[in-house]
Amino acid sequence: MQEVKFRGGGFAPRPIPFAGALTLLLIVAAWQGAASLGWISTRFLPAPLAIIRALVTLVQSGELRLHLAASLSRLAYGWAIGTLAGLIVGFALGLFSLARTPGLAIVSALFPVPKIALVPLFVVWFGIGEGSKLVTLGFGVFFPTVINTLAGVDGVPRNLIRMGQSFGLSRAAILAKIVLPGALPAILAGFRITTATAIILLVAAEMIGADYGIGAFVLSAGNLYDTDALLAGITILSLLGLAISWLIGRLERWLLAWR
Amino acid sequence: MTVKSAVSLSIEAVGHSYRDLRVLDDITLSIPAGQVTVLVGPSGCGKSTLLGILGGLIAPGQGRVLMDGPIASDCLNPLTYVFQDFALLPWRDVAGNVALGLQAAGLSRDARAARVAEVLALTGLTDFATAWPKQLSGGMRQRVGIARALAVRPAVLLMDEPLSALDAQTRALLLEEFSTLIAASGVTTIYVTHTLSEAALLGQQIVVLSRRPGRIRDIIRIDRPLIGRRPGDPDLMAIESRLWALIRDDAADAAREFTDAGG
Ligand SMILES: Nc1ncnc2c1ncn2[C@@H]1O[C@H](COP(=O)(O)OP(=O)(O)O)[C@@H](O)[C@H]1O
Ligand SMILES: [Mg+2]
Repeated sequence: MQEVKFRGGGFAPRPIPFAGALTLLLIVAAWQGAASLGWISTRFLPAPLAIIRALVTLVQSGELRLHLAASLSRLAYGWAIGTLAGLIVGFALGLFSLARTPGLAIVSALFPVPKIALVPLFVVWFGIGEGSKLVTLGFGVFFPTVINTLAGVDGVPRNLIRMGQSFGLSRAAILAKIVLPGALPAILAGFRITTATAIILLVAAEMIGADYGIGAFVLSAGNLYDTDALLAGITILSLLGLAISWLIGRLERWLLAWR
Repeated sequence: MTVKSAVSLSIEAVGHSYRDLRVLDDITLSIPAGQVTVLVGPSGCGKSTLLGILGGLIAPGQGRVLMDGPIASDCLNPLTYVFQDFALLPWRDVAGNVALGLQAAGLSRDARAARVAEVLALTGLTDFATAWPKQLSGGMRQRVGIARALAVRPAVLLMDEPLSALDAQTRALLLEEFSTLIAASGVTTIYVTHTLSEAALLGQQIVVLSRRPGRIRDIIRIDRPLIGRRPGDPDLMAIESRLWALIRDDAADAAREFTDAGG
């Protein structure tokens, strides 16, 4: 006789509380340790403490506030413009046959184009000021938003729409009460991608003709080979990304409690 | 709850095809007011298509459907469905789902709340008013489906295999509840099923459809009222046997047919 062996385990990863934050802390600690022990030349890679010192200087001089304010406002406006346009176009493609095929052709042709490469063109079109920066961000955010919104609208179960029709809901009511909430999970998932895209494009856009902004700061630090300040700027961008991703998580938990 | 619905339907020479696939052929039938008409037939014979045509969700290829009789003033959606897959909005709680048709009809908030409370009580859902659909069992979800339908006080209730997604015990329980609710409301009902025991328990007029293209094969009337019918009653069993004799060969043939996905 032979005992039946269990073979049904695995393939079910679970989240471990605090493991994420702990991992990042350990890496930074190891990095600092290696730098303090002289294993890593600080000329080659600044130590975390040096980066923190650079950050403190930035805060105390009031410079950080100026850079961050400029960047955050560009980020907010650029992302909002791209998101709004993307939602409108995404819904149009999802709802109207006339918009769908032609629109999809345009979107598919332009989506893979690296937006950073277009920055000089935008500068020519919209000037070296804020206009070109917002357009760069908006353009980059627009396409993934369209794709995600369209996927969300297409994913709304057909039977729910028929149910709405069978209860006499108007077209507008079906849109507001069935299509929009049904597409929301996909739209919010898209926000994670588009906010990260926006941060990447923000830095690229601020590298041309900006006095203030994290991107401008990182560029000038890089030109001076002030690697402490450079990494301080990068750290701020990373923290910004983490904060936005946390915010979206809260938003999802609030809006998608029904899932 | 209300007086018997006085609304009847006449189906006049209705036929339908999906591209080359002929699914319904020359269906002429009257649906009497205030009674339960059951449609039975092998799967794929066009029952759902016919129900879709009756409720205005599918435009018939041929023929037409007429609705006759006065619609009560408190009726907000004369032709109202209960769906096989429940079709609840997952982002609305139970009360929100039940209120959907009332909102569409522009009912005031107070009137809405009153009607929702009434049908939730009727279907035993009062304690679940704020639950999300995902928190409910299949049987409870279909209770929400019937509550949502009754809330608009329909003139005609269109039920497409409302129990076929449920397990046998839940099905038996819910069938009793449906029977009571339908009898109490007196609503004209069209009930699609391929379960013959359901047909015998609920039907006052049982319409047997042939395999695709669905044609009317026979109509069996049961004059006994719904109240008091019990599973296992000898005369109901006899009707089940008669239905089975009518359907057997068609069902066997239909099962061997190639078909595209759907149902
Ligand atoms: N929208 C559709 N397009 C093409 N074929 C369909 C469609 N809906 C149903 N059918 C086909 O029509 C036939 C009848 O379908 P249906 O009315 O759902 O039958 P039943 O409800 O009796 O099982 C089936 O063979 C089904 O595959
Ligand atoms: Mg069907």
